[in-house]
Amino acid sequence: MLRHWSALLVLLALLPLAHAASEDHNQQTALFVLNRLGYGPAAGDVTRVTELGARDWIAAQLQPEGIALPAETARDFAALAQRQRQALSRLSELASAGRPDTAEKERRQALRREIFREIAEADLDCRLQHALRSPRQLEELMTEFWFNHFNVYSGKAEVRALAGAYEREAIRPHVLGRFRDLLGATAKHPAMLFYLDNWQSAASGSRRSEDSGLNENYARELMELHTLGVDGGYTQQDVTELARMLTGWTYDRRALVSPESAFRFNPRWHDTGSKRWLGETISNQGLLEGEHALDVLARSPATAQHISRELAQFFVSDTPPPALVSRLARRFQNSDGNIREVLQTLFASPEFWQSARTPRFKTPYRYVISALRLQGITQPPARPVQAALLQMGQGIYGWPTPDGYKVSESAWLNPLAMQQRLDFATQAGLGRLDREAELANPERMQAEITPLLGVNTLQVIRSSPPALQPVLLLASPEFMHY
Amino acid sequence: MNRRDFLALLAASAALTVPVGRSAWAAGTNGQATDRKLVVILLRGAVDGLSVLPPWSDPDYYQERRRIAIARPGEEGGAIRLDARFGLHPALASLVPLWQAGQLAFIPASGSPDPTRSHFDAQDYLETATPGTKSTGTGWLNRLLATLPPQGSGDRALSLGATQPRILTGTQPVTILGSGKAASRQSALDRPRIASAFDALYRGNDRLSQQYRIARNSREQLRMTLESEMDEASRGAPLPDGFAGDAQRLGRLLRGNPALQIAFADLGGWDTHINQGSGEGQLANRLEPLGKGLVTLARELGQDWDKTVVLVMSEFGRTIRENGTGGTDHGHGNVMWLLGGNIAGGRIHGEWRGLSERYQSRDVPVLNDYRAILAAVLTQHLRLGDRHLASVLPDIPVTAAGWQLLRS
Repeated sequence: MLRHWSALLVLLALLPLAHAASEDHNQQTALFVLNRLGYGPAAGDVTRVTELGARDWIAAQLQPEGIALPAETARDFAALAQRQRQALSRLSELASAGRPDTAEKERRQALRREIFREIAEADLDCRLQHALRSPRQLEELMTEFWFNHFNVYSGKAEVRALAGAYEREAIRPHVLGRFRDLLGATAKHPAMLFYLDNWQSAASGSRRSEDSGLNENYARELMELHTLGVDGGYTQQDVTELARMLTGWTYDRRALVSPESAFRFNPRWHDTGSKRWLGETISNQGLLEGEHALDVLARSPATAQHISRELAQFFVSDTPPPALVSRLARRFQNSDGNIREVLQTLFASPEFWQSARTPRFKTPYRYVISALRLQGITQPPARPVQAALLQMGQGIYGWPTPDGYKVSESAWLNPLAMQQRLDFATQAGLGRLDREAELANPERMQAEITPLLGVNTLQVIRSSPPALQPVLLLASPEFMHY
Repeated sequence: MNRRDFLALLAASAALTVPVGRSAWAAGTNGQATDRKLVVILLRGAVDGLSVLPPWSDPDYYQERRRIAIARPGEEGGAIRLDARFGLHPALASLVPLWQAGQLAFIPASGSPDPTRSHFDAQDYLETATPGTKSTGTGWLNRLLATLPPQGSGDRALSLGATQPRILTGTQPVTILGSGKAASRQSALDRPRIASAFDALYRGNDRLSQQYRIARNSREQLRMTLESEMDEASRGAPLPDGFAGDAQRLGRLLRGNPALQIAFADLGGWDTHINQGSGEGQLANRLEPLGKGLVTLARELGQDWDKTVVLVMSEFGRTIRENGTGGTDHGHGNVMWLLGGNIAGGRIHGEWRGLSERYQSRDVPVLNDYRAILAAVLTQHLRLGDRHLASVLPDIPVTAAGWQLLRS
């Protein structure tokens, strides 16, 4: 470790810095970890990390339950969760008795839209405020990472009401835990069951309605995207056989007020025939067939490799060094998919620290969240923020397909992206995004990230009128990177 | 089909070959300027080609799709008869005048020879034109741009949507227009005081500065068109949202602008695993605005419609047999659509053997390699020569054997 640190110091000395004092180095290091393990500095963060030391700060981030939330934050988060649950509980108002007439149908549809909107707004507030306010920044970042890995899209009917619950119930509790737990939680959550259609998949002819049978959507993405990876060595037959093993994995629509307990296994829909999957013969074991499949997939070396590569891409580089990916994959396998341990290896790796030399282009989500954090905006109106994100192509819960958003520069850097970011910087920097918020103090904002700013940027800001300075800080090339 | 099979097939069909390229195409030569345009529309998610172009005279079609088949022509909600084998989805009725005018053609059993049923790999292959190779860093439309001689100065390629698609990734600058009404919204770049400060922030030679300057220049250029649009909007006649609006905007930008040679748009929402419907329903609701948008594009292009080819494609087709949830799963061969004022339209191109011959006993086979079709469009429409064709479509020999997609 010591060796890595001295390597970092050497490397930081190579950066074009205005000053090379060691205090500056410490601040640079603090900014690096705040940017890579979280959504960038909010007021006072750099000082806090510098005082604690970057290594200890990282260790603390890996044990988020040990980081106390400020009392007000804790209270607000609890209130947000309560608001989400209350909005969800209104779904019971939609429960129907008997056959409705036309007027009643219309009334119910309007009510459904209203309830869905209420849930979606609570979900957006919850996601945004956690990212903006939580001192457990790594937990927030990993929530984004895993949601994206197990992506669902709120534009698909029921998912609109379930995306926030999915994040809270299936993703968040496991973001640093065991991969198998995460996999199982997503597999059984109604958001995923609905999004990838498995909830209706049934053995041929097993349901009363004539339109019953297999749907292989989830089975394919489970192997291609969630676990083995597209080159993980499975065939079309493996897809179909896995879909058969997962028949009967569904949920109870009447139980959606508490989605995490809505999962049901319906033995009557299950395909009881024997299956041949990944070279193994599977006899009829009902629900256990699917559980077995998740066990096998979670422990496969291909999965370890696939997840490790994604993590390295997320934290280190668009094209991560293969040696690093192999080390992470080994740790993944040796620890039986313990995500915390894999991340420990990652954050201790020389490759991670060396990547400080090549700042990365922020995704729109990172850009927007980091801009709000730097400005000290903690409770923005969710709608304009989401609208800006959608325009930039990265709305919250807004990616339609199961592959999730990309993280690479090539996916996000283009002329329009520059224009949109500068538009956002202008809107936010002039205080037009959140009129309630106190206008950000440009000097405080600048002080927080000064060690990152190059000569040109400092000069441009200095020679501009004060009202424009926050805009230019957010618009600067240095702030576009992390 | 691997490369060797492909070559063998080409050799076998040599007798039927209409040779193209430098030696054969009299009107065009390598590197000669062309005022023609190419518009590519990618339907992401694998549209069900057997619903777009139902093979209504094939008994297997109704056997395998008891609930979702498009009914026969003449029946209620039935297909629009195109010829003795194929019909058109009734939600695409708006396209019939183009078909009758010979400005719309289809190529069934077409697509990528790669066997993948992954949306994401298959889309990558369609966009890089290197099936089976994932490491290709550039898209074929961008490589095409690099070989096409520019026409005057100004933006040469437009993409609708918020991000740069893989198909347009590469060395050549591309204007990303954004989609929907937001595309024509006011920008901070329109405000001289702020924009000049941004200019000072981004005056370097780094990637961000380069992208910034492209944005700045495009903004200036597009301002005329966009401003007229904003005027219209303020008079209470805004462009419709969705593809119809985008198509109208695209048509206006392309019309009378020889510099703009390439345009790209993508549309999602075609992954109909569940309740896709037949004459009406989910898929019909997606197809209808697409058809109307294409008609709008043709209309807005005006006299430039004769100089334009529009290619509509999707990463792979869907299963011949409907699945257990009223939808279809990932398949193989699909349908490519070709539109334009000067195409050899009003007919179905390419090989078709009916639904009894299947790929991996379940899907429509790929009998018409999409790269051969692209090659035909590039040589016959954009008059690309052999050498340039090889740089756009590196995997195949320089030929568009057997394809005559443009009116000669």
